[in-house]
Amino acid sequence: MPFNVANATVHDTLKLLDSRQCTSESVVRAVLDAIRRQDGEIGAYLSVDEEDGLRQAKAADKARSEGGKGRLLGIPIAVKDVLNVRGQPCTCASLILQGYVSPYDATAVARLRAEGAILLGRVNMDEFAMGSTTENSAFKITRNPWNRDCVPGGSSGGSAASVAGGEALAALGSDTGGSIRQPAAFCGCVGLKPSYGRISRYGLTAFASSLDQIGPLTHDVRDAALLLGVMAGVDERDSSSVDLPVPDYERSLTNDLRGMKLGLPREYFVAGMDRDVEKAIRAAVEQCRALGAEIIEVSLPHTEYAVATYYVVATAEASANLARFDGVRYGFRAGGAEDPIDMYSKTRAQGFGAEVKRRIILGTYVLSSGYYDAYYLSAQKVRTLIRNDFEAAFKQCDALLAPVSPTAAYRIGEKAGNPLQMYLGDILTVTANLAGICGLSVPCGLTGGGLPVGLQILGPAFKEENILRVGHAYEQRRGAFGLAAK
Amino acid sequence: MKYLTTIGLEVHVQLKTHSKMFCSCSAAYGAPPNTHVCPVCLGYPGVLPVMNEEAIRLTVLTGLMIGSRISDYSKFDRKSYFYPDMPKNYQISQYDKPLCIGGTVRIEVGGHTRDIEITRIHLEEDVAKNMHFLSTSGVDFNRAGVPLMEIVSEPDMTSPEEALAFLLALKQILLYAGVSECNLEEGNVRCDVNASLRPEGQKELGTKTEIKNLNTFKGVYHALQQEVARQTETLQSGGTIQQETRRWDVDTGATYTMRSKEDAHDYRYFPEPDLMPIVLSREQVETWRAGLPELPRNRRERFVAQYGLPEYDAGVLVADKAIADYFEEAARLTSNAKAVSNWVMTEMLRLLTEREMDIRSARIEPKALAELIKLVDKKVINSPTAKELFAVLFEKGGDPAALVAQQGLGQVSDAGAIEAFVDQAIAANAKVVADYRSGKKAAAQFLVGQVMRLSKGKADPQQVTAILERKLAP
Repeated sequence: MPFNVANATVHDTLKLLDSRQCTSESVVRAVLDAIRRQDGEIGAYLSVDEEDGLRQAKAADKARSEGGKGRLLGIPIAVKDVLNVRGQPCTCASLILQGYVSPYDATAVARLRAEGAILLGRVNMDEFAMGSTTENSAFKITRNPWNRDCVPGGSSGGSAASVAGGEALAALGSDTGGSIRQPAAFCGCVGLKPSYGRISRYGLTAFASSLDQIGPLTHDVRDAALLLGVMAGVDERDSSSVDLPVPDYERSLTNDLRGMKLGLPREYFVAGMDRDVEKAIRAAVEQCRALGAEIIEVSLPHTEYAVATYYVVATAEASANLARFDGVRYGFRAGGAEDPIDMYSKTRAQGFGAEVKRRIILGTYVLSSGYYDAYYLSAQKVRTLIRNDFEAAFKQCDALLAPVSPTAAYRIGEKAGNPLQMYLGDILTVTANLAGICGLSVPCGLTGGGLPVGLQILGPAFKEENILRVGHAYEQRRGAFGLAAK
Repeated sequence: MKYLTTIGLEVHVQLKTHSKMFCSCSAAYGAPPNTHVCPVCLGYPGVLPVMNEEAIRLTVLTGLMIGSRISDYSKFDRKSYFYPDMPKNYQISQYDKPLCIGGTVRIEVGGHTRDIEITRIHLEEDVAKNMHFLSTSGVDFNRAGVPLMEIVSEPDMTSPEEALAFLLALKQILLYAGVSECNLEEGNVRCDVNASLRPEGQKELGTKTEIKNLNTFKGVYHALQQEVARQTETLQSGGTIQQETRRWDVDTGATYTMRSKEDAHDYRYFPEPDLMPIVLSREQVETWRAGLPELPRNRRERFVAQYGLPEYDAGVLVADKAIADYFEEAARLTSNAKAVSNWVMTEMLRLLTEREMDIRSARIEPKALAELIKLVDKKVINSPTAKELFAVLFEKGGDPAALVAQQGLGQVSDAGAIEAFVDQAIAANAKVVADYRSGKKAAAQFLVGQVMRLSKGKADPQQVTAILERKLAP
């Protein structure tokens, strides 16, 4: 029986596979068909190894027929081009990594593999995860499946567009300042940024080491819970991964919110927010109240400093993290150099895009002798204040409700010329990364222009079960959100 | 005008660990290029460092040996600069929170004892090795990520001689603690030195220059001599010293400008976000302290007190930990420690030097040496025989008593047998006997030798002399 990939969730597909109503091969073929049919227009994928995907699918089918188990046996998952998968390219959407093939699996990838998942396709992103629109990819533009003149968000824009566009059952993304939640909101799918340390970062090409987290982009909250459960847990290869037991997240998915207290951060409902966005969020809050949650107002007083703090910390770390791309050991090397320093200059000048260069220069500047105290050290202090804000808020409630972004998706090119304005759009997402807490984006309606709006649910560190429960209960009440209009 | 010299050292020491600082690759020296490498030590995209706890223990051990304060909170930082031998183009090092702070290393120069102050000891990763060929260059990453401990001294030395003595004393401590092989040929120890001159009577230090990457102690000594001479000349001819980094050229024996102060790197240190801070509990440090080996200078004092050795002998034995260990093991098995010391300092060291060997590869076990000494003391064998036996044991090992029995090396101390040899010697050397009787006492030595020859070396020389003197007495 042919498999219909549009809107197919992972957990539904697993049921079909388990009951032999379809094979993994038919699932993978359906995904490949969808990519072939639509991706010319959407541009979610950078590369797809069809042969390898089918080989993995056949192996999964064989394993299943032999009684093989695996929580994701036979499920294809698209991977953001920032994560290392052995034998696959990992360009980070940058010219500087052209030709690089990963010699190893990221821990999150290895754990998916161990449960039988199929790693199918590399999805587009802003170069080195730096951007909010996926326009900073060195290779292609990705379009929002809901409106092809609009950006899909970023930096995990390819991940969000592949899921929302019906070209993937689920995808992996990474979130340094909102890079999972914001594209999920723009494209109308679910995006989960786990707490810092919940999923090993080993194998995730680093943008900002103290902020980066891997997470899933999925059709629904149950899938996010399922994928988180597979990937989460301490890893000896990542000293920042935390040794806490991994709960059975799917068990926390009840259909009501009775006994839960949800906070609305005053500072997140600000002037300048799109009216349609605010309307959708307010309506979602009322749904949560109807599900039994008590809604209170809370304050996160240092929110206004978050964007500045974020862009100091993130760029400082990035300036060191991206220093390794020098043309010496792998990837692109510019020709015609006279000495090593000249080779570095030429390689990096030709290999990096404008936004990446802007951030490397910014980060180099804030770490420079004489400026370190004023910028980096101050930013670290403010970061502590922001973390304290959340700690205080979570003493009063189990989770916070807020918008993901002040606006819905905007037109391609609209903000490309104004980086500062683009940075300010991150105001509602960067705080979770600075504080190390977890956050979930769940679609909660459409604007008048027919573009999705994302409800952001923030939870205390390592309390993913809280936000998954809220997201799932809300999602059940909301009803089917549907796939991007064709 | 007379100038005073001030010298400070930064000593980089490769630690004796099995694996590298932040990955599980082997830290062993000498493998074919780029065979001890993995995505982590090659700086591939997405990899993360994981701390080698043994390297932390060895660094703390060093600190404890020299009396440093061990930090209960320490952390790693990134030090950024671009160079092809740096896989990540930043080095994971320690900036403002090193593992060990303070401490002293005792040196002796020209009969004076001084304690050289240590500023700090921190831990970092070694860089790769650049190789230059005719028209291309290559990088061998086997060394990249090997644990490297940096010991920074205060500008506390006043001459190249003191600097050399400091390095030798430090090396001894490191070998004693077992933290490094200190193999200079393999680049286990590499130094940066800085030197400045100031006119006698002036308190403030003069402008310093730094000489980087000296990998022999002799190199440190000569480079410092040259640099002090250069600075003296410059100042005496009315010039000024520029703050700069200089390079020592072994072939020309001179130092050259590498980069000036203006070109100095801005390393942009910031805390390494991929590693957690190192928090050492008091109990942990105390456990390590309890396992600390004795300091060489304490051991020397103990050898004098416990075994009644002369200062000089104790110093020679203690210089090499393996030799001192050997001595103690043998000394514990006999009551004649002085004899053990004599054997080790003469025959043992002579043979080791001759064969360019380490005492650990000599076949003669401490137990065998103790046995040998007992045989001599009990007059079972005489000392020439003992010397021969030592050489045999050194070469082949074995049990001295069994060898003596097997080869009939036992000393002849039967008075009747010796008398017969003496009579034979007197009869055969009438002229010598006459010389002796006319007052040439030295002639007796010849006759003793003759008796020994007749006894095939087995007669007790003391007994021979006594009998001979009796028989020749007028």
